[in-house]
Amino acid sequence: MSAMTNDIPGHAAPVPGVTRAAAQLNRPRISIRTLDFYYGSNRALKNINLDLPERQVTGMIGPSGCGKSTLLRVLNRMYDLYPGQRATGEVMMDEENIIAPHIDLNALRARIGMVFQKPTPFPMSIRDNIAFGVRLHERLSTSAMEERVEWSLTRGALWGEVKDRLNTSALGLSGGQQQRLCIARTIAVRPEVILLDEPTSALDPISTLKIEELIDDLKRDFTIALVTHNMQQAARVADQVGFFYLGELVEVSSAAQMFTAPKERRTQDYITGRFG
Amino acid sequence: MADEPHLIKSFEQELRRLRDMMTEMGGIVENQVALAAVAILDRDSTSASRVVEEDPRVDALEREVEQFVIRMLALRQPVAGDLRQAVAALKMTVDLERIGDYAANVAKRSIVLAQFTLPYSLAGLGHMARLVQENLKLTVDAIGDNDADKAMQVWRSDLMVDDIYTVIFRELITYMMEDPRNITPCTHLLFIAKNLERIGDHATNIAETIYYAVKGESLPDARPKGDSSAYAMVPPSRTGES
Amino acid sequence: MSATTSTPAQYGPQKDLAVARVLGRRRKRVNFLSKILCVAATLIGLLLLASILITLLYLGVGGLSLSVFTSMTKPPGSNGGLLNAIVGTLIQTAIGTAIGTPLGMMAGTYLAEYGGGSVLSNVVRFVSDVLLSAPSILIGLFIYEILVVPMGGFSGIAGSLALAIIVIPIVVRTTEDMLRLIPVSLREAAAGLGAPRWKVIVFVCYRAALDGIMTGVLLAVARIAGETAPLLFTSLGNLNWSLSLTKPMSSLPVTIYQYAGSAFNDWVQLAWVGALLITFGVLAINIIARTLLRNRG
Repeated sequence: MSAMTNDIPGHAAPVPGVTRAAAQLNRPRISIRTLDFYYGSNRALKNINLDLPERQVTGMIGPSGCGKSTLLRVLNRMYDLYPGQRATGEVMMDEENIIAPHIDLNALRARIGMVFQKPTPFPMSIRDNIAFGVRLHERLSTSAMEERVEWSLTRGALWGEVKDRLNTSALGLSGGQQQRLCIARTIAVRPEVILLDEPTSALDPISTLKIEELIDDLKRDFTIALVTHNMQQAARVADQVGFFYLGELVEVSSAAQMFTAPKERRTQDYITGRFG
Repeated sequence: MADEPHLIKSFEQELRRLRDMMTEMGGIVENQVALAAVAILDRDSTSASRVVEEDPRVDALEREVEQFVIRMLALRQPVAGDLRQAVAALKMTVDLERIGDYAANVAKRSIVLAQFTLPYSLAGLGHMARLVQENLKLTVDAIGDNDADKAMQVWRSDLMVDDIYTVIFRELITYMMEDPRNITPCTHLLFIAKNLERIGDHATNIAETIYYAVKGESLPDARPKGDSSAYAMVPPSRTGES
Repeated sequence: MSATTSTPAQYGPQKDLAVARVLGRRRKRVNFLSKILCVAATLIGLLLLASILITLLYLGVGGLSLSVFTSMTKPPGSNGGLLNAIVGTLIQTAIGTAIGTPLGMMAGTYLAEYGGGSVLSNVVRFVSDVLLSAPSILIGLFIYEILVVPMGGFSGIAGSLALAIIVIPIVVRTTEDMLRLIPVSLREAAAGLGAPRWKVIVFVCYRAALDGIMTGVLLAVARIAGETAPLLFTSLGNLNWSLSLTKPMSSLPVTIYQYAGSAFNDWVQLAWVGALLITFGVLAINIIARTLLRNRG
């Protein structure tokens, strides 16, 4: 077999989707430097250095308990809800360290949104679910709000299925629909970064594929960080992949590189299913 | 065969891109064979050199397809029909690249051949070349359309190519026995005929690969073979010579 | 095929089928006996409840008439009713609920959302649980000391406050339990959108727990509607029509207490009617509350 490179030689016009394999990573939207994280006295993340390229998907894989979800929750300061959890180091976004104490958390969370593993629709109507987040940060007229609701649901690949029942309870939707609602709710506040914490683990395969296609579409406008325990999903969806093990970032490279020729032995062993 | 597009648009595009690359490669190689035939039959050295010029392009495409498929297998984990398509592409590029090489070989030999005046007609060789080109065209169409029926046709017609080759084989040996001055040109012609026959075989390989990729089952192992040149023997001529 | 008649497995240590059969029979006997005892216990309980209800119906229905609801308590023999008692109970129950519910909800919210495992919240929880099962007459005495004596007299507001104190621990317990049931992910989802803590609680948690909290409130209402002891020392009862909160106020349980022990037949009859009203009213509220709880869960 000829040597594996990441570039497609001799082709001028990049084809969407295929250029993912070309491993051209954009400039970083968020830069994580020497990040440590502690649950009490337990050091869960050790000296993490990672860039999240703008408008691309960064996947994070690794065995259970390796710290990937912990890292995600550092990015939107979710750990602030719990005493005894703290982070040291730098997470730079627009030249500001977002884990510094003086940062306005609510404003931060409007710029960095999160979708969780289990779909969490609020016990309200579908419209109110979307409007809830928007009302926290903006004052919109009724018509502007309607527009925002429609835009969010369209972008979240859900509009067609719910446009006639916006006033019904969100709890009546199926699992896959609820998760797309959560995604729509997150993008309604117009964040710049979206954090996805195992968004499809609770869903069936077709719903999973629909959400993967949705992520492919969303990355045109949003920077995305995706934690998944399913590395095939990372292979399908991510532009850049980081492999975490026991709180350390073992290796980070383009998806094509990671899954054809990883540099670290531990990465290769994990990916091929020889441990973990 | 792929009727419903994949839910993931970028994957669908990758599959189409693969098909396009294969068709492109097939087109180039088809062109090479046509030019090579013109080079021998019309003694056209320009055609001959053009065939040789195309060769690096074919090699580059082969490497490109190989990298593309490996990446697709790693990143998309295709199964069933998609998997067969990917693996088929890997196999077909090898055959196509060999066809290109054979065509280049024929073209090079035609330059040498042009220096000889041949007392006999090359009609038989021309007929063989035409048949091979037709089969190759059908093969490349089968690649582009993912058509198992066309593939089956190609698979069946290789028989005729082999038959002609056997005839030409005997004919050339006869010429060589008649007159020693014929030996050099006839040897070249023999190699040219063999190359054409090999092109036909590779086209049949491609056809078998396409059939499996589309249908999921293989054509029977024993392909119709008519190449009995391995057993051909021509008794010494009675025209008498020392 | 039973556990003792199947063909023995061909792997591992062998089972002694004879012993298994004996144990099986013993198991069946014990099972049967337990079933009989449980059914008997249930029947006894049901019988007691049924006999109470039947007695109430038998003795109370006879006295049911429109005048019960339209005329006030009058001296015996003058064909009185229970209007002021009914109204008094309604007023005091309503005010008691109105005062006790917000206090209880706020305390319950504190325990569930802000307190965590701190010493203060453990103390609050402990005190609330103790208050939940405190004898209600003590609560009446407490209000007597701090409100009735300084005010110089019994009053409707004192009665309402006593009832409120009974309501508070019930609502605390229900609110805390219902809020704790809400998954952490829902809270995090709201916080993740940038909602401050109080908005998460009010707009998301309360809505999610609403049915449960409402049920708790209904159960509290059912409880205080029938309380007599705390009212004896606070609102005392009033045989005249009075809506004033600063004066003694009539209530159904106290009126029953007064009438039942009297020597007058029509008063005794009215006492039964009153008992009937309270019992079936409380029963109705309980059934509604539990149906709501079942639908929510």
